[in-house]
Amino acid sequence: MKRTRYDYIMDTVIAVVMLALCFITLYPMYYVIVASFSNNQALLATPGVLWYPKGFNVGAYTMAFKHPLLMSGYRNILFVLVVSLPINILLTLCCGYFMASKNIMFKGPIVALIMFTMFFNAGMIPNYLNVRSLGLYDSLWALILPGALSVYNSVICKTAIEAVPDSLSESAYIDGANDLIILFRIIFPLIVPTTMVLLLYYGIGHWNGWFNASIYLQDNYKLPIQNVLRAVLIANSNILNAAAAENDKMDQFAETIKYAAIVISTVPVLCIYPFIQKYFVKGVMIGAVKG
Amino acid sequence: MTGQAVKPSAPINKQSFGYRLKKDFYRNKFKYLIILPVLIYLAIFCYKPMYGLVIAFKEYRPNLGIAGSPWVGFKQFTNFFKDPYFFRLIRNTFSISLLSLVFCFPAPIILALFINEIRNNVFKRTVQTITYMPYFISMVVACSLVKTYTQQNGLVSQIVMAFGGDAVNWLNKSQYFYPIYILSELWQTVGWNSIIYLAALTGIDQEQYEAARIDGASRMQQLWSITLPNLVPTIMILLILRMGGILNVGFEKIILLYNEGIYDVADVISSYVYRRGIINASYSYGAAIGLFNSAVNIVFLLVSNWISTRYTESGLF
Repeated sequence: MKRTRYDYIMDTVIAVVMLALCFITLYPMYYVIVASFSNNQALLATPGVLWYPKGFNVGAYTMAFKHPLLMSGYRNILFVLVVSLPINILLTLCCGYFMASKNIMFKGPIVALIMFTMFFNAGMIPNYLNVRSLGLYDSLWALILPGALSVYNSVICKTAIEAVPDSLSESAYIDGANDLIILFRIIFPLIVPTTMVLLLYYGIGHWNGWFNASIYLQDNYKLPIQNVLRAVLIANSNILNAAAAENDKMDQFAETIKYAAIVISTVPVLCIYPFIQKYFVKGVMIGAVKG
Repeated sequence: MTGQAVKPSAPINKQSFGYRLKKDFYRNKFKYLIILPVLIYLAIFCYKPMYGLVIAFKEYRPNLGIAGSPWVGFKQFTNFFKDPYFFRLIRNTFSISLLSLVFCFPAPIILALFINEIRNNVFKRTVQTITYMPYFISMVVACSLVKTYTQQNGLVSQIVMAFGGDAVNWLNKSQYFYPIYILSELWQTVGWNSIIYLAALTGIDQEQYEAARIDGASRMQQLWSITLPNLVPTIMILLILRMGGILNVGFEKIILLYNEGIYDVADVISSYVYRRGIINASYSYGAAIGLFNSAVNIVFLLVSNWISTRYTESGLF
């Protein structure tokens, strides 16, 4: 097709707008990285737009990695991930498998019970009182159990299971397999890509979650990483310094350690992000088809 | 199987309920076993709290428990309507919601249209990867970036000063809260929310464009006459979903960003529920406000769905 001058102008405008957008999106993140490698005094003395680290040093990172609260935050979130993810996936598979199966007498009412929770939630206070009444208060289980299953994710799982040909499970039935064997030995290996999407959804949810921990946990050393960050960055609390009171070197990095903490907490997600992006996009599509 | 052999004359729909129940249980017992953990989970963590909602009609006292606390009827609700902050909360919730509807709803559509017009595939994928990225940054980090950049000597002040303005702590001034909220919201979500529109755009029949080109339509004309009309059903469905959540301003971001100085514009229903219900431990009052909020949301969802099915023939249900 012949391209007119008008086309060239339009393409240029689009490219410029998109480049500007990319810059606006990236710069706040870039600033954090640059600031985290800067010298604390130099950063405080001349704040403003940064293009490269001011007085390059990695002191903030050495401090951060030695910090008791940041490290316990890491440990706690890893514990939550390791314990939750298998539970999440197991429940989601069970729920998805049931919703995808046919010829069950009570399927209608049971699915209605499941779907209803997607449209109506009891709300913050009843959930909070429920967790307290179950004795989960101030325990990491309060971060694991209440969100153990997302019905939305089960619908994604159900869509994937429905795409598996019925003949596979039928022939397994004839060979004497029961539903448990069919689900875990036949269906599960076939929907591994979808399971990966679900794993990522749940994983990112746990990693980035902070609200439940903020209302259910009392002990600072039980807080996951996001809550430690919140205390340091948002509430301007000095728990970081208080926890390391004996360590007067902390002051020397007061400002840059904040940026280093952001980098440390965000990098794991952003590092795997480019590889998993297409799975996430797929997840959005499946969700959209349902809507 | 043997049941049918014994009574060959009985038509299937005449089988007794008990017989069908037994047969269903025999055939599907493992399926019921599989769904059992899910049902137990839902009972404990979804339906039990729903029962707990009755405290909205009670004066809940922790030592009496949910069942033992005295009933007070609609007292908590009338108290909320008489609350000095009632109008402020409703106004702020609506303002934030409508502002984000006006700015954050069309933005992903525009971005998707832009991305769709990029011809170089590498550039296109790069733009997508970069614009989706902030979505994966946690709310805590995103809000802390906002706080850091808007503080007295932060990045925003530095830039404003370079243009001759004054350094201010932007988040302490009521008039700047909405712009900060909306701009950061755009930064966080615009790329991610454009995915669904991009998917809809790739689904458009390419022959329509070819026909238009042969008829001499310019790219702008193609955009107006082919691309946009094809997007309308997707836009409508997402708009209905959005309308249903009009009183659902997420409390996470508000709680992270606001401070006492700007409660007059930043305090919304959900953050008030959090403060009264959890911080001040007025459980019944918080539960009542939450229930009121959900009820209003359901009404909005139903009304917007009705309007949509009536005028555009695309609705949710």
